[in-house]
Amino acid sequence: MSDAILRVEHLTMRFGGLVAVNDLSFDARRGDITAVIGPNGAGKTTVFNCITGFYKPTQGRITMRQKGGAEFLLERLPDFRIARTAKVARTFQNIRLFSGMTVLENLLVAQHNPLMAASGWSIGGILGLPSYWRAEKQAIEKAAYWLDKCGLTDRADDPAGDLAYGPQRALEIARAMCTEPELLCLDEPAAGLNPRESLVLNELLRFIRREHGTSLLLIEHDMSVVMEISDHVVVLDYGTKISDGTPSQVREDPKVIAAYLGVDDSEVEKVEAEVGL
Amino acid sequence: MEVFFQQLINGVTLGSIYGLIAIGYTMVFGIIGMVNFSHGDVFMVSTFIALIALMVLTTWLGVSSILLALLIVLIIAMVFTSLISWTIERVAYRPLRGSFRLAPLISAIGMSIVLSNFVQVAQGPRNKAIDPILNSVFVLSAAGGYQVTLSYKQILIMVVTVGLLAIFWWVVAKTPLGRAQRACEQDRKMAALLGVDVDRTISITFVMGAALAAVAGTLYLVYYGVVNFSDGFTPGVKAFTAAVLGGIGSLPGAVLGGLLIGLIEVFWSAYFSVEYKDVAAFSILAIVLIFMPQGILGRPDVEKV
Amino acid sequence: MPLDTARAAPSPVARAVKDALFAALVAAGVFGPLLAFKTTQDMQNRLIVEPRWDLLAVVVLLVWAGRFLLSLWQARVRPETTAAIGTHLVWGLIPQSIRLVIRNGLPPAALVALFVYPMMILSLTGGGGALKWIDNFGIQILIYVMLAWGLNIVVGLAGLLDLGYVAFYAVGAYAYALIATKVIPATFPGLGVWAFWICLPIAGILAAFWGVLLGFPVLRLRGDYLAIVTLAFGEIIRLVLINWTDFSNGYEGISTIPRPSFFGIPFNASDTGFAATFGLEFSPVYRTIFLYYVIVCLALLTAWVSNRLRRLPVGRAWEALREDEIACRSLGINTVNTKLTAFAIGAMFGGFAGSFFAARQGFISPESFTFMESAVILAIVVLGGMGSLIGTAIAAVAMIGGTELLRELDWMKAIFGPQFDPVQYRMLIFGFAMVVIMVWKPRGFVSTRMPTAFLKSRRAVSSAHVKEGHG
Ligand SMILES: Nc1ncnc2c1ncn2[C@@H]1O[C@H](COP(=O)(O)OP(=O)(O)OP(=O)(O)O)[C@@H](O)[C@H]1O
Ligand SMILES: [Mg+2]
Repeated sequence: MSDAILRVEHLTMRFGGLVAVNDLSFDARRGDITAVIGPNGAGKTTVFNCITGFYKPTQGRITMRQKGGAEFLLERLPDFRIARTAKVARTFQNIRLFSGMTVLENLLVAQHNPLMAASGWSIGGILGLPSYWRAEKQAIEKAAYWLDKCGLTDRADDPAGDLAYGPQRALEIARAMCTEPELLCLDEPAAGLNPRESLVLNELLRFIRREHGTSLLLIEHDMSVVMEISDHVVVLDYGTKISDGTPSQVREDPKVIAAYLGVDDSEVEKVEAEVGL
Repeated sequence: MEVFFQQLINGVTLGSIYGLIAIGYTMVFGIIGMVNFSHGDVFMVSTFIALIALMVLTTWLGVSSILLALLIVLIIAMVFTSLISWTIERVAYRPLRGSFRLAPLISAIGMSIVLSNFVQVAQGPRNKAIDPILNSVFVLSAAGGYQVTLSYKQILIMVVTVGLLAIFWWVVAKTPLGRAQRACEQDRKMAALLGVDVDRTISITFVMGAALAAVAGTLYLVYYGVVNFSDGFTPGVKAFTAAVLGGIGSLPGAVLGGLLIGLIEVFWSAYFSVEYKDVAAFSILAIVLIFMPQGILGRPDVEKV
Repeated sequence: MPLDTARAAPSPVARAVKDALFAALVAAGVFGPLLAFKTTQDMQNRLIVEPRWDLLAVVVLLVWAGRFLLSLWQARVRPETTAAIGTHLVWGLIPQSIRLVIRNGLPPAALVALFVYPMMILSLTGGGGALKWIDNFGIQILIYVMLAWGLNIVVGLAGLLDLGYVAFYAVGAYAYALIATKVIPATFPGLGVWAFWICLPIAGILAAFWGVLLGFPVLRLRGDYLAIVTLAFGEIIRLVLINWTDFSNGYEGISTIPRPSFFGIPFNASDTGFAATFGLEFSPVYRTIFLYYVIVCLALLTAWVSNRLRRLPVGRAWEALREDEIACRSLGINTVNTKLTAFAIGAMFGGFAGSFFAARQGFISPESFTFMESAVILAIVVLGGMGSLIGTAIAAVAMIGGTELLRELDWMKAIFGPQFDPVQYRMLIFGFAMVVIMVWKPRGFVSTRMPTAFLKSRRAVSSAHVKEGHG
């Protein structure tokens, strides 16, 4: 457990009286695909929002450790720094593309920071320095690379809002990858995909991990995806972690079964008694 | 202390007028999420309708009882202003419902320009002053050589405001119409699916807001005795400030906000400077929107990611 | 509901008559009180009302006829096609190739026209009449074009709804007026002739600074709230200008503001003046022509910079911000800085335009910087189609030029009597046009968006996808 890329410790998030995440601790290992699962409203997206800085946690610590050894306390960074400096990228449960911009432009926006530097914070760009046009050409090449990987090359010049649901999800992943993240957080990437698209997605995620060394943290309801590609699963229910382990360990866990099957309270107690809680 | 009481009375009077206008803003914002920019000018138009009705009644028809005349004026102003507001909604806002968000705003600004310029062209740019009416005052205290007075006008304004607000509150809280309004506020599509006539409900909301603005317009005419085509913008913005201060979408909030804005304006003029009274109102607007956009009685608006 | 209509459908004419009667009835109610009675002062200066039934009757009749024709027209063409025909009436009939030529040829042609306009007017009207056409139409419209292009950066690109843009215009104007009348004469009197050229950048920088200053507190606000707060800021600045007389001379305003020189050579009748230097006969038209070219250059600078910026990362970030701010933050874009840059650059162009305005008028007062100005500029941006430079320019020409044309309608006095003044109706028509254009084309004249980069081919993005921003 020493090489954790992300370490979440005692994370608690309250909204008024509602405890969406309750004292959650887990590690995501470098190079792993870590899945966070749980029934609807369990608090998964809230955990993501805390990690990527959209919510400030009520309590707890989130540590991101990069390849070079640099450490960042994510709960203290403003959201854009988490993507820029700490190198954590994410996608959204309800897709958030720039729908009036073309697919290619979406990927160029994702390369904002390096391009901004290349344009001399716009001054060089306004003056038309060739170094900026070179940088933009490289950015387009990188975008083309990811378009190819996601099978979107033909749609590059179409508005993102024109894409079907599946390709939109793929584009969101490509866009996140264009920021060159070390940790990629995916919020239900397979939601709404048909089985064939789901398989392609699995392949893409594996490719990302293999070729780019990016670690993945993913929320997923589709158990086939979870069981197939994840190395490590964290299970949440009502904001609390109820299980943590390899996919097969988690699958056997009676508490997980109880949470998913939604057994009566009395039965939960029975199951809990059996497990010795 | 006497000055304080006098200003308190003046502030509450002015605040009643702002509160009545503010309800129109708050209701429309609540139901279709739009700042009805032309509402201030609808108010201004109502002051003119009241003025004309009063003139016709007293000079042509020779109605001698001023209270009777005012009652008729109030009803006429409410009817015609409502009709105007209904038409505006029908012509300028309804075709844009559900389209590009900026379009209704621009259309509303256009309508506001149309209203004020129409009145300017139709009635001329000069101030229209009537002979003062209901001038008697009660002297509440005359200690220290300073008279604290409560005029008949002020009593009339407060009584009418309270009375109409009570009726209005009853309509919104207790009738099927009010229920339909609240349903549309929550979820327009769902309300339509459940058989609420959304278009009609929205129209009625505009009509109700305009009717209350017409009440404010009539009272404004009685209180100040002067109207001008350009008097829609500033009271409109102040009433909007009141709506925001009270919490936009909240009806009691609009009244509370109106009273607060009235008091602040009056006290600011009395104790600081008259010149900067509008600056004070605009500053409050900015400060409230920036630091407490949910207002005093409004619900906080959380953004889910 | 085809069945329903088929069963009950009355003849279109009968329906139109019914619609028109209803509209006339409503019109009678709406216009009744204000048109049928006119309040005026009598000899003793007391208010009286006079009846004016004839006017009301005319208006109601007009509404009746208008509604009747509209109903007939709508009954003949299906609603979907009404919109399509309205838009493509001319455009659709033109063959593809010629359309391309028009589309690509229009901007250069417009540019050429822009540059030869004063010469053309001069040769057509001779010295005297030219002044009016160059000043009222050329310069006046171009100021609005420039302001609209500047505001377009904030509203059209970054999607930040700014209703107080006139504040920056005022900052620019007062910056130039105060520096040129107070500071320069007191410190470097020798620089007097250069005042405009020195103050122009200062005014821009000051306005940009104010843009950041006013932009900072409103960063968190979205949509209509942002619009209202910026409106409040605009009004506060105007009210301060009115009341802080020591600083701004209040309502009286500032007069005798130095006019711009031809790069150091003043436009006057003296021996060192422009006319004498170039061996011409003195005429005020030279200054006007020079001012015209100055504003052409300033406006083109605005267009060029905003076009360039759109292809740079900041510009893309602005548009992305308009589309989805949260996604921007998740991609590491500093949205605070991005918004402030938009405010600052938009304000800077407002400041340039302001100091040009002061130099052109020679006199400024708070009256020129009312909310109405902001509303007009915003209306031009939205009517033109947000983000589109050409659409915005068309809207400015149509709205400002159109209302300016009213001044040329003196012949109407022959019909309506000598006290009839078409200029009175200027803003009334302007507001009405705003409503009509919005209802007709809610997205504005040019509603497509040109992508800033492409892999294989550049294709316009239809407006259906383009968002209008949240704040
Ligand atoms: N900004 C917020 N304000 C108030 N409550 C919130 C907020 N965000 C989330 N919640 C609440 O926190 C709880 C957890 O929500 P969350 O979105 O994290 O669930 P989830 O596990 O992602 O569910 P799903 O599988 O449906 O996506 C829910 O009850 C939700 O209503
Ligand atoms: Mg979720």
